[in-house]
This record gives sequence, C-alpha cells and structure tokens, in this order.
Amino acid sequence: MEAQAQVASAAATGLKNGAMNGYHDSPSAKPVREPLVLGNKTVHDVTVDISRIAEDKATPKFWLALFASAVVAGAGILALVYTIAVGIGVWGLNNTVGWGWDITNFVFWVGIGHAGTLISAVLFLFRQKWRTAINRAAEAMTIFAVINAAVFVLTHTGRPWLDYWLLPYPNQMQMWVNFRSPLEWDVFAVSTYFTISLLFWFTGLVPDLAMLRNRAKGKIAKTAYTIFSLGWTGSTRNWHHYEFAYMIFAGLSTPLVLSVHSIVSFDFAVSILPGWHTTIFPPYFVAGAIFSGFAMVLTLMLVAREILDLHDYITLKHIDNMNKIILATGMIVGYAYAMEFFIAWYSGNPYERFVFINRATGDYAWSYWMMMSCNVFSPQFFWSAKLRRNVMFTFFLSIVVNIGMWFERFTIISTSLHHAYLPSTWHYYTPTWVEITIFIGTFGLFMVFFLLFAKYLPIIAASEVKGIMPGSQPSHHHHDDDDHAHADANGHAKAH
Amino acid sequence: MAQGNVIAVMGDYKNADAVTAAAKGIHAAGYTKFDIYTPYPVHGLEKAMGMPKTSLPKFALAGGLFGLSSAFALQYWSGAIEYKLNIGGKPLFTPHFGVPVFFELMVLCTGLTVFFTMFFILNKLPNWHSKYQYDAGFIAAQDDNMCVVLEAEDPRFTVESAQALLTKLGAANVRVVHETVEHDEPEYVN
Repeated sequence: MEAQAQVASAAATGLKNGAMNGYHDSPSAKPVREPLVLGNKTVHDVTVDISRIAEDKATPKFWLALFASAVVAGAGILALVYTIAVGIGVWGLNNTVGWGWDITNFVFWVGIGHAGTLISAVLFLFRQKWRTAINRAAEAMTIFAVINAAVFVLTHTGRPWLDYWLLPYPNQMQMWVNFRSPLEWDVFAVSTYFTISLLFWFTGLVPDLAMLRNRAKGKIAKTAYTIFSLGWTGSTRNWHHYEFAYMIFAGLSTPLVLSVHSIVSFDFAVSILPGWHTTIFPPYFVAGAIFSGFAMVLTLMLVAREILDLHDYITLKHIDNMNKIILATGMIVGYAYAMEFFIAWYSGNPYERFVFINRATGDYAWSYWMMMSCNVFSPQFFWSAKLRRNVMFTFFLSIVVNIGMWFERFTIISTSLHHAYLPSTWHYYTPTWVEITIFIGTFGLFMVFFLLFAKYLPIIAASEVKGIMPGSQPSHHHHDDDDHAHADANGHAKAH
Repeated sequence: MAQGNVIAVMGDYKNADAVTAAAKGIHAAGYTKFDIYTPYPVHGLEKAMGMPKTSLPKFALAGGLFGLSSAFALQYWSGAIEYKLNIGGKPLFTPHFGVPVFFELMVLCTGLTVFFTMFFILNKLPNWHSKYQYDAGFIAAQDDNMCVVLEAEDPRFTVESAQALLTKLGAANVRVVHETVEHDEPEYVN
C-alpha cells in the first residue's frame, strides 16, 4: 500500500518537473516510427510481464514439453554412448567420405548460434533498438547451439576421452599442437566464442536476475536469483562501468562472430579439395550462418510469443525486421552459390568444374536442389511486406530455411568427398541410425535447455526494454542519442 | 523493526529528466557520497553526477595485449623452438598462420578481463548485502523507481540539509533511512 502511494506521488513529481519527454503521451510527441513495445506499457508493466513467466507455477504443458524433449535428448545420448563405446565405425563414414553428418551437424549448430551474437553485438553497435526484445533468447540459443556443435566435433575425433590433446599444454610426450592446421584454429575459435557468448549473456542477465530476486517468494528461487545477480542494486556508479563493459563486449563479439564461421570455413577452404578450396567461403559461410540463425530465432520466438503471450514485446515489426535480414542474407547465400559455380567454370580447372556439375546433377543432386529451393527460392517470398508480417508463413519459412541450410553443409561436405581424384575410390555415403539419432537428440537437448531458460530466466531483457521505452531516457538525449554514443566511444578511445 | 543510526536520506523519481536535473543539483551542492539507483541505465546520468570516466578501457587494453602476446609466444615457442614439426617443408613460424589464434586469444583475454574487472573490481560485486535493502523504494529500483540516496557518510550530510535539498529538487517520498538492526524481510509490494 505504502509503495503504491509512493508510485503515485512519484508520478506526480514527474509531472511537476515537466514531463517534456513524451512519457505521458502528449499529442505533439506522437511517435513517427512504429512503437517497439505495444499496449501502452509502463516501466512497471514490463517488470510484471517478464517476471510473471518465472513466477507462475509451471504448467503441465511445460512439464510435458520438457519430458518429451528430455526423452529425445536421452535417445541421442544413448546413441552417443554407443558410438563412444564401440567406435565411430558405427557411423556410415567410409574411407572416401570421412566427414559426414558429424561435421555437417557441427557446422549447422555453430551457424545457428551466430544470430544470437549478431543480434546482441552487431545490432547493438548499430543502435538497433528493436534488438532488445529478442537478444536475450537469441544469446541463450547461441550458447545451447555451441554446446550441441561441441558434441559432434568432440565425438568425431573417435577417442573423445583424449580430446584434451587438442589443447596446447606441456605433456610427457613432449609434443605440441600444430598451429598451422585450421582444425586447431577451430579449437580456439569455438571455445573463445562459447566463453565470450556466455560472459556476454550473463552480464546482460545480472540486472534482470536482480529484478527477479527482489520479487521471488520461494526459498530456492530467492537464493538462486540472489547468488547469480551478484547483489546488483542498479547503482548508477555500477551502471556506468556496466554499460562500458557491455559496449566492449559488443565490440569484441562483432569481429568474433565474423571470425568464428570464417575459421570454420577454413576447415574446408584451406584444404586443396575441389569444391572446398575457394576464397569465397568465409563471407559465404558467415552469411549462411546468420541466415540460419535468424531462422532458428524466429522458429523458437514465434512459439514462445504464442505460449508466453509476448505479443506486446515481440511485435510484427520485430518479425518484419528479422525477415528482412533473412531475405538479405538469403540473397548473399544465393549469390555465393552462383559465384562458386561461375568460378568453377571460369577457372578452367576440370576437377573444379566436374565437382560443381556433379553437385547439381550427380548422386547428391537431390540434396543440392533441396538446398537451392529452400535457401535461394523460398526467401524471395519475403519481398512481400504482407508475408513478412504473416506469423504462420514466417514460422513455416523459418523451418524451410533451416532445412535448406542443413542441406547446404551436407552438400558441400559429401559432394566434394565422395568423388575424389581417383574414380576407383568413389563411394556413396549414407548415415546410419546412430548418426540420425544423435542429430535428432541434439534437438532434444537444445529444447531442454531452451525450455528451462524460458521458464526460469528472464526471456526478454527487461532492463534493456525499459531503457528504450518512450520517455525512459532524458529528453535532451532524444535527438543526439547516436552522437552521445560516438562521443562516449571517442572520449574513451582517447583515454587509452 | 528496531532502528539504528541514520544512514541516508532517500528520495524517489519516476522521470529521467527530473532525476538527471536532481543529479546535477546534488553534484552542484557539493555532495560526493550519493548514488542513484535506477532500473535501467539512464543516458548521461553519470555525467550529471560528476563521475569520472571509467578506467575499464585501460584494463581491457591490458587484457587484450596480454592475450595477443601470449598467443604469439605460445605459437612461436611451441612451433619454432620446442617442437619443430616439419610439415611439407613449410616454415616453422610465420605470422600469417598465427592470425586466427592471435585474434581469438586476444578477444578471450580481453573479454575475461572486462568481465572480472567490471563486476568484481570496479563494481565491487558480489555483495549480497546492502544496508539499504530494507527500504521499499530502494528495492523498487529494479522495478520502475529511480531512488536517490544521499549517504550519511558524506561530510556535508546533515539530516535537515539533505532533506531540504531533495525536497527542493522535487524528489517524492523524501525519507530518512535508519540502519536496520533486526533483520526483517522487506515487504515488496507489487
């Protein structure tokens, strides 16, 4: 009661001090742009809307979904245990095709992760305020996706219990890792990516965990939120360092996200295999990663938006923006496919030509055309503003895109390998049930993580959404918002 | 709830403009031990409070340089000195192949430095107890309240002058906060 009176009096104070910032919806301050948060929310409404998900008792539907995901994940884990116990001979790989679903799935999952970093870092540097509604969930997805990627890449070594050999450490064998190998670069790229993504995600979570901590009623919830919010109070003296750290993280993650998939593409591009040995790979892989990552964010967030009733936060404008990025990156990917083909012909190299013609017409043509139709043709629907804002259609297409992106990696890997230089070694590759089960299992694992995250952690970055609401910032900063950011960056750059 | 000594005078705001003006006013009045607790970072508030620029970039630079130089040392020493592995007659070390690991270790060390410096050194967290945590307005700073705290430790602090200053600056709910002796759970309303 007392606090309510306080709220009222404080609002009155706001008015007394001149609410010249449009917070109270004066007619002159009508937004020109579509609002990012609908439903005329107050800052307090944001707190309630986002905390309520963690505070409400878990529904039977939630437990059912969690159970189903855990069963799928469990099947994957059993197949994984079987692989480790018996050896990777249980997979469909053969002498000719030594990389199959394992590496396809690794690249697929690493790619999925890229949207999270793009949304949290690149869009932050570009001051895209709409990112605040989706960045938290996308960052969480990044972490879960990289865990899944690690499952494949750590198992495909064949003796996963010796995977620590990948790290450079002094040992009795007096051997060191080979830093000239792109596979070793991968070890550094993926582990750095995981660590930085985790730190960035956790940094963003701290103020929101403090919000949940203050409201938590249950003993376990209170203790857990208290510990992980580190005693955050919202002190401006803390926000000051916090915001700068956030900016450095964004600055670090932006080149990092570009580097990770570039380095993954080096696994192929640095080899001398026709179809892999091409300079277009790094940008092409990065664009593809963002393409598939945004599709995955859409797939999950559209479901979360329905189930958790987040319509006011994840609006049609957000979906529209994400679809535009899907269209743009889809076009880049399409361009890369065409350019690869052109260069294969233009190079005059008969092996290169053969591989590409074989891709489109050979044993794996079905996979190639699957990729082309899903990745190049289907995003073209998003030229239509109506379809970009159609939730069901977007949901459908986001799944199509991810199917396409999976087939892209599969096409690249198997077509180049299965027809090597000597026709006598040519071999077809089909996965066994073990590989298929592990792959499906990683989706289960992903869903287990995501469901737990969506239920018990703030799925929307409350403190960031609050900061971009109309009137939440001082009015003199409205026009020079961007200048302010630059001045800050320059000012601090001088301090170096 | 038993009460101890006065530890602060607090006032609440709901409006970013008003709280920025208040920060300027308190800074102009010569207070140094004060803070404003907000649910989200308010642009320019730290400047209005007269805070110096953060030293975080210096730590970040140091972390980055450490990462970069250790990546160089690691690759050069292990490949060209300790374990000379001849692969197709290629040179044992060139900066070119070192670039990915240079970059990754630089980013990793910068990120770890920034994370630990920001939370644990500059912001002095984790700190699971705040002496103000029994004040509902202070707790509501994670919700929608902007809570100005004039600390009793400030040399200029007297209860009357602090109250007068906050009232003059238009704070709502200006209150004197006492040390909490008995630990009651704070009542968090809405």
